[in-house]
Amino acid sequence: MKTGTLKQILLITDGCSNQGEDPIAVSALAKEQGITVNVIGVMEQDVIDDQGLREIENIALSGGGVSQVVYSQQLSQTVQMVTRKAMTQTLQGLVNKELQQILGGSQTVEDLPPEKRGEVMEVVDELGEKVELEVLILVDTSASMKHKLPTVKEALLDLSLSLNARSGDNHFSVYVFPGKKNDVEKLLDWTPRLESLTSVFSKLTTGGITPTGPALREALSSFKKKRSLRSLLSRDDEQYFEESV
Amino acid sequence: MMMNNTLKNLSNITPGTIVEGKWHKNRYVIVKELGYGANGIVYLAQHLNQYVALKLSHNGMSITSEVNVLKSFAKVQGSTLGPSLVDVDDWMRPSGKVSFYTMEYIKGPDFLTFIQQKGSVWIEVLVLQLLSDLHLLHINGWIFGDLKPENLIVTGPPSKIRCIDVGGTTIQGRAIKEFTEFYDRGYWGLGSRKADPTYDLFAVAMIIINTSYPKRFQKNSGGLNQLQMMIRQKPELHKFEQVIISALQGKYQTANEMREALINTDKTHTRPSAPKTSNTKSQQQHSKPVMQQQTRQAQTRAAQSRQTIVKKKKKRYALETMLIVTTLSFLYFLYIYGQL
Repeated sequence: MKTGTLKQILLITDGCSNQGEDPIAVSALAKEQGITVNVIGVMEQDVIDDQGLREIENIALSGGGVSQVVYSQQLSQTVQMVTRKAMTQTLQGLVNKELQQILGGSQTVEDLPPEKRGEVMEVVDELGEKVELEVLILVDTSASMKHKLPTVKEALLDLSLSLNARSGDNHFSVYVFPGKKNDVEKLLDWTPRLESLTSVFSKLTTGGITPTGPALREALSSFKKKRSLRSLLSRDDEQYFEESV
Repeated sequence: MMMNNTLKNLSNITPGTIVEGKWHKNRYVIVKELGYGANGIVYLAQHLNQYVALKLSHNGMSITSEVNVLKSFAKVQGSTLGPSLVDVDDWMRPSGKVSFYTMEYIKGPDFLTFIQQKGSVWIEVLVLQLLSDLHLLHINGWIFGDLKPENLIVTGPPSKIRCIDVGGTTIQGRAIKEFTEFYDRGYWGLGSRKADPTYDLFAVAMIIINTSYPKRFQKNSGGLNQLQMMIRQKPELHKFEQVIISALQGKYQTANEMREALINTDKTHTRPSAPKTSNTKSQQQHSKPVMQQQTRQAQTRAAQSRQTIVKKKKKRYALETMLIVTTLSFLYFLYIYGQL
């Protein structure tokens, strides 16, 4: 079974968007393009208001991902848990599709007797270990996030530690919003190592609005750019071989 | 700790509720809640006049995953670390399907409570028991992963350490599935989260430290320095210091190795305090240099093996370069040939 690459956006925020298009709609768009959107709401002493909470849940829901609201002390563990959970969820979805093709109808893993489920789960586990993963991390740097940023950095380094223990390849990219000039700013281009984040993160300035929707849209296009670049590369390879043989 | 909405939904099942399986038709009467973890809630239940622990979760796959682990635990000969599996099924509620499994009910105080009640002499006994069980698990290709005092129950008499949550158990060589920061070597910056025996042994060392700091402590500088400082602040940990530090550094390759070391510290530490004949004293003085020599030998051996690895790597690089150069020149030759 071929799974290709799992693509995820991880949005870390502490409240409601207040500028630009509806993030829930952009998130739904992401899902259509095969990209899962996960959201983590970070609290300090303050509590996220109902509106913010609903938005967090709905972005993840329409993005086919997982959402969780946590106190910043628990961020590290949550970030890796959410990413892992979303991975399993996506892989399960893929396995279900495959099963439906074999068994017909709308049968899913959950409809199998418990004894059979075990074997399917082993497949999902193994895929989770070996599949290639692309995670784009989108961090809210509006004023209220300022003192939570060191914790966010820790959590991201921790995520890299967890994911790099897998045997599959990982690619990370980090965007922050609002950026210095635009709605979004790229902090780290696609890389297998998140550690390089340490130096850039401390220089971050916070403040301004929360354009979650536009930020998500920019994140989406980053996946596209990457894909086209890669296809360009592989096409080049083919030409090279055609010429040489 | 935070609870998901889905967990809240499962946490208010009243005693007396009957949970009936869809597939195997077994009926379980809920007695009381025992506790909850990341992926579900565990209840004490009664089935045919026997107590069982019943774990419920909306996430069917996590139930399946744990059942897989319990089944493979059953195949590990002689190990009684985890609970034995009784049944797996689905419970159809009006609000939707809930997956569950039932297992042997392991009754007793948790590790830290037991130590508090019975005294710290028990630390060694329990850790030694734990290490032999871990050894069996490891040689069968599994790593426990989420090892922590809350998951360790002491049954008895005779007192025996058992584990109640197998959710973190991972196949050796894969990424650790579940962990708790304080017991995780990645959190302390002392290693990766790849499942290998040394990962579990790190957690065992942290559990020993935990007995002197029941409330745990936060990471500040992290790394070995902070942990070493915390050990030195507690006199009762001094006799374990060598073993703890070695385990934290990943120096024990197997659980048995750590077990041996723990037994040996016991010998060197408890004897001097008791009245002794001069004969044994001289023996001890004699045995110390021997031990140091052994560790030195081990160190040089380790250094040697490291060197061979480096050499092998260099060789591999050379081979790769050669291969690339030959391929390129071959292709270039073809190209030139084509042009002619």
